[in-house]
Amino acid sequence: MSPVMTTRIALKALARNKMRTALTMLGMIIGVSAVITLVGLGNGAQARIEAQIKAGGTNLVTINAGNFTAGGVRGGSGAAATLTIDDVEAIRKEVPNVQYITPGVNMRGQVIAGNQNWSTRVQGTDVDFPLIREWPIRYGSFFSTQDVNSAAKVAVLGKTVSEQLFGPEVDPTGQVIRVRNQPFKVIGVMGSKGQAGMGDDQDDTLFAPYTTVQKKLMGQQYIQSITLSAANADATSDVSNAVSVVMRTQHKLANGDPDDFTVRTQEDIAEIRTAALDTMTNLLAGIAGVSLIVGGIGIMNIMLVSVTERTREIGIRMAIGAKGWDVQLQFLVEAVVISLLGGGIGIALGFGMADLATRFWEFPTQVPPNAVAMAFGFSAATGIIFGFYPARKAAALDPIVALRYE
Amino acid sequence: MSVISVRDLIKTYEVGEVKVHALRGVTLSIEQGEFVAATGPSGSGKSTLMHILGCLDHPTSGQYFLDGRDVARLSRNELAEVRNRKIGFVFQGFNLLSRTSALDNVELPLLYTEKSLKTAERHKRAMEALKAVGLSERAHHHPNQLSGGQQQRVAIARALINQPSLILADEPTGNLDSRTSVEVMGIFQRLNMEHGITVLLITHEHDIAEYATRIVSFKDGRIRDDVQVTNRRDADTELASMPAIA
Ligand SMILES: Nc1ncnc2c1ncn2[C@@H]1O[C@H](COP(=O)(O)OP(=O)(O)O)[C@@H](O)[C@H]1O
Ligand SMILES: [Mg+2]
Repeated sequence: MSPVMTTRIALKALARNKMRTALTMLGMIIGVSAVITLVGLGNGAQARIEAQIKAGGTNLVTINAGNFTAGGVRGGSGAAATLTIDDVEAIRKEVPNVQYITPGVNMRGQVIAGNQNWSTRVQGTDVDFPLIREWPIRYGSFFSTQDVNSAAKVAVLGKTVSEQLFGPEVDPTGQVIRVRNQPFKVIGVMGSKGQAGMGDDQDDTLFAPYTTVQKKLMGQQYIQSITLSAANADATSDVSNAVSVVMRTQHKLANGDPDDFTVRTQEDIAEIRTAALDTMTNLLAGIAGVSLIVGGIGIMNIMLVSVTERTREIGIRMAIGAKGWDVQLQFLVEAVVISLLGGGIGIALGFGMADLATRFWEFPTQVPPNAVAMAFGFSAATGIIFGFYPARKAAALDPIVALRYE
Repeated sequence: MSVISVRDLIKTYEVGEVKVHALRGVTLSIEQGEFVAATGPSGSGKSTLMHILGCLDHPTSGQYFLDGRDVARLSRNELAEVRNRKIGFVFQGFNLLSRTSALDNVELPLLYTEKSLKTAERHKRAMEALKAVGLSERAHHHPNQLSGGQQQRVAIARALINQPSLILADEPTGNLDSRTSVEVMGIFQRLNMEHGITVLLITHEHDIAEYATRIVSFKDGRIRDDVQVTNRRDADTELASMPAIA
């Protein structure tokens, strides 16, 4: 019999038992839609994090004190006091294709202006900082090399800090504020940069020369991080490798000693952040995938019932010339039609749910095409695998026995 | 060469400890173009023989040659093909697919024929077969919307669709009133005389057997009698003289 006829007969048989067919499909629908929705949510979240991190600049390289990849004790960022301004100078001198570079010293501090009072992150940097981050100035200007050299008590406010202390749309340059009880002159306000990944407001920062932060606020010589930008995005990984070499020489590390610093590109950071999410997504999708197997068993169960119920029909078909193969194909196609239809509806439903998540919770979703192809393939495979045994059972019937079946 | 030739056919069913001897050694030959009636009391083994002749069942022992071919040597698929192409089987209980139109039921054997026909051609042939049994107006009715006689005719049309050379009919008039019985016998007689199709018909009614050219009587799984019909009845003539039903 032609495949077209076989399919038509299978569809007719399924249409005769609409309720049962629908319930059998439900297993596949739930399984497939769950997989699609979860993969969509996971991928969407991943894409958003990646985009946010890369928005910081794909040519950025960050060096932190301490080793985050070696096993054992993991200190917080900059916990180990190993980076110095000499490292910055060495990189500037010896690594080619470095465009801008700045050391970073961070602390939290109370900032007071008049009777306003705000706790914020105080970040000590060099003059290159706004150039590296491509961060525009709203009012006034960023501090100068001279300010850095003299460890001047000048401050450039992030937008949030400025608004908290002086109100929105106010130019506070020239005002004096107190940081940890020392007077600082406000010389500029940064433009808005907004949220970084994980809900961190980048505008809630006060910038000062790193020398000032080291000497006047923290009283120490070390720096916590170095941030630099490569001349272009393609040079980034070469720069990052060269930085490692220079740093090892600089810190006099012998062959075999682990790094006492960590060099990461924005790409690396994006990967680290998304890897955990990836594991989570796969785990959830895997659990949802189990429901596909449950759906498959449901199909097998119904097909077995169907074969028994239709024993006489099978006998009649065989008596007038159906071969075992014709019968087997008929039941197999029924199983595959159920699973594919269920899979198709599940995919549509999955897209729908992902869309709802985007619309109502503004949660970004992204269903990759290969997930759709896989869901479809999985559905077909489920139908074939779980439909095979019942179909074989039907095909193996003896015509006369099947005809006599009551 | 005989169309059907069986030798020492034995069929024994085992029901638990008990052995039921349905056929106890049947030897029989049927020639091309014959119209044979098999009669005998209920339980004498007629249906059992018919199922074996129809390639639906296997004998316990004995030989069966169909058109000179040893049926015991045919594979499952070859048997299916023989049932599909060579034999038109009319079952005692009709064996129509329920919830399927008369037309689709009649078409069914064509779907399992190797060389497949176009849908339109299949419909055409099924309609012709239904017309031959006088049931064109009921083509789209389901079996449960048809009377016993009409279902019987659908079953006959299905047996005819693939132009078989042999028709096996198991008590085709068993559930029919006398006029419908004569009509059905008329169909078989026409197939036999006009198309030269060999017909083997089971009946336990002796007057029905007289439409055949030869009567084989069974008793207890054996042939008791095998005679030519001297005064053959003709269904068409009888129908012409019957009063039409209002
Ligand atoms: N499948 C079966 N299992 C056991 N006994 C059977 C089976 N089919 C028929 N028989 C027995 O074989 C004998 C012949 O039956 P059957 O061929 O149907 O007779 P008929 O058609 O002449 O009435 C009967 O005694 C019947 O009970
Ligand atoms: Mg019988």
